[in-house]
Amino acid sequence: MDAQVETATRELSYAQAIQEAMAIAMERDERVFLMGEDIGVYGGAFQVTGDLVERFGPERVMDTPISELGGAGVAVGAAVTGMRPIFEFQFSDFATLAMEQIVNQAAKMRYMLGGAVSVPGVMRFPAGSGTGAAAQHSQSLEAWLGHVPGLKVIQPATPHDAKGMLLAAIEDPDPVMIYEHKILYKMKGEVPEGYYTVPIGKAEVRREGADLTIVATSIMVHKALDAAKQLAEEGIDVEVIDLRTVRPMDRQTIIESVCKTSRLMCVYEGVKTLGVGAEISAMIAESEAFDYLDAPVVRLGGAETPIPYNPELEKATVPQVDGIVKAARDLATGAR
Amino acid sequence: MSATAKKGVKKSDGANQPFIYRQYDQEKLRDALRKMYLIRQFEEGAEESYMRGLIHGTMHLSIGQEASAVGICLGLSDEDQITSTHRGHGHCIAKGADVSRMFAEFFGKTTGYCRGRGGSMHIADVSTGNLGANGIVGGGLPIAVGAALTAKKMKTDNVVVCFFGDGANNEGAFHEALNMAAIWKLPVVFVCENNGYGMSTSVARATAVPNIADRASAYAMPGVIVDGNVVSDVAEAMHEATERARNGEGPTLIECKTYRYRGHSKSDRNRYRTKEEIEEWMTERDPIEAFEAELVEFGVIDTAGIEEIRESVRKEIEAGIEFAKESPMPEVANLEKYVYTEQA
Ligand SMILES: Cc1ncc(C[n+]2csc(CCOP(=O)(O)OP(=O)(O)O)c2C)c(N)n1
Ligand SMILES: [Mg+2]
Repeated sequence: MDAQVETATRELSYAQAIQEAMAIAMERDERVFLMGEDIGVYGGAFQVTGDLVERFGPERVMDTPISELGGAGVAVGAAVTGMRPIFEFQFSDFATLAMEQIVNQAAKMRYMLGGAVSVPGVMRFPAGSGTGAAAQHSQSLEAWLGHVPGLKVIQPATPHDAKGMLLAAIEDPDPVMIYEHKILYKMKGEVPEGYYTVPIGKAEVRREGADLTIVATSIMVHKALDAAKQLAEEGIDVEVIDLRTVRPMDRQTIIESVCKTSRLMCVYEGVKTLGVGAEISAMIAESEAFDYLDAPVVRLGGAETPIPYNPELEKATVPQVDGIVKAARDLATGAR
Repeated sequence: MSATAKKGVKKSDGANQPFIYRQYDQEKLRDALRKMYLIRQFEEGAEESYMRGLIHGTMHLSIGQEASAVGICLGLSDEDQITSTHRGHGHCIAKGADVSRMFAEFFGKTTGYCRGRGGSMHIADVSTGNLGANGIVGGGLPIAVGAALTAKKMKTDNVVVCFFGDGANNEGAFHEALNMAAIWKLPVVFVCENNGYGMSTSVARATAVPNIADRASAYAMPGVIVDGNVVSDVAEAMHEATERARNGEGPTLIECKTYRYRGHSKSDRNRYRTKEEIEEWMTERDPIEAFEAELVEFGVIDTAGIEEIRESVRKEIEAGIEFAKESPMPEVANLEKYVYTEQA
């Protein structure tokens, strides 16, 4: 991993940060190329590739037919044989069509061949709800892929991390799945110019606090920070950890925090049951932090339902700031 | 240039009249025209409601493609079933859905066909045989084959129509579905609405064969190409495919060549096609204008009759939007309803 050499920063959106990372990677390394549906002249469904086709040409910004299984597999084949593909799923939901190549091939090829090859590809997954796109265009299935040894699964929450983690992913010798929340695409933040990486597998403490730890992923990091701000006014001091990587998970950062605060809440958008929060909770139950817990662990995740179209129902399906505030207050004050 | 002029059909020459004039009575043909207006005005109404912030999310309009939806569904009964696509408003209306309940769905209301859970992309009216639009390109193809398997096993004599776009033909599901339908000789008609593009990607750039119908030979079924903007041509091909299906001879692939006027969805800058191309289809090959002209030519309707139908459709659309506005929102307490079947 390159050292973090950070230069001047300026404000970019999350989508621009990802685009910049891909442009830098393509400039640095001829083997890097992009594949996906409508990523060329259309610029991608969320305008993440934007005008890159004008800069790098259609050979390096390749529109694929609507063929997720085949496209993902072509990326795997190219990666195994020396290229550095970045494959964009138009919506993360469509990874369900490509599970075979992701789970059976990309994740296992190196292992099955006894280390004879590696699969240095990146797959990008625009995910999450909040756009009124209903059940088949709004899911958060990162826990599915997090369940598969051989894959790395990351969920950057800020433009800074999106760029740095994507660059780290491109450098990584193994397949990295990057989950990008669609609502974050327009979010702005300070992003360093030039090349830098943010390590995969390292959580970040976004706010220090003494009373309770919230481990959040992706967009929930921002909601948790908003909630923490409100709770601070009530005298409740919340520590917010941005998980950033689902696999491999940074256990140490979470364990240390829980040992300090003695209370843990997990906030994530994916369906609550069998999700990222289940892993974090179980990991804490197995660790030395268990003895420090003053209250049961709380998970706030998505409701046990597909994402509905109606906007009010949609909002109610995933954790919101008010719900986080209430649950955190109850946890911190023992009112459960 | 109207479609009829192109084919040189003469008004008085009964035997040479296009298929639908031989097959259906005038009432049915006027109703077909009404359905085409209904689709277009429904989508214009939905578009306007979206602009005004009354509808959220996104939607895919089929304006310009009305002839294929109406021509395909013309001879179907409520028992015959369809699977539809993300661009499915036209299919839904052509199959017989009530536009009020469709608007209500778009407005996210409990009176909507999906009780506000589905929206435009999942619009369905199971009571008229529409098993649903689909958010997954190609998602409906195997489901249609399954419905046709039911028809065969239960000996219902029903036919299943599977609508899909040109883009869907490059999904594995398309190939698997066609193959199974063929080996089991199932009563299903695959209807590809080839509007030239899958989002921004033209058929020429995405598909190895020039016509989607060329794929049919790989699955030993007839592949028929029709002008998808000519109701009669579509209906005739569909009629033959339906006969085949009901006679146990298996599936047919019909390719309707057509064009969408609007962008792919609500966020399309139309960078992949020219204004001239869009304009040409709109002015030279509009399916509704062509059908109107043809009906007048064959004496099925006159201009006053046309205006009358248009006006009644306008009222129906207005009433539909009103109904949607006034309908209640779903209750958050019912969020997890319909995930599983409620059991007594
Ligand atoms: C499996 C899958 N891949 C991609 C998409 C995104 N998408 C929705 S519609 C569409 C284009 C479909 O083209 P076509 O089948 O020709 O239908 P049309 O939109 O032209 O009616 C794409 C790429 C999707 N919904 N599902
Ligand atoms: Mg198309």
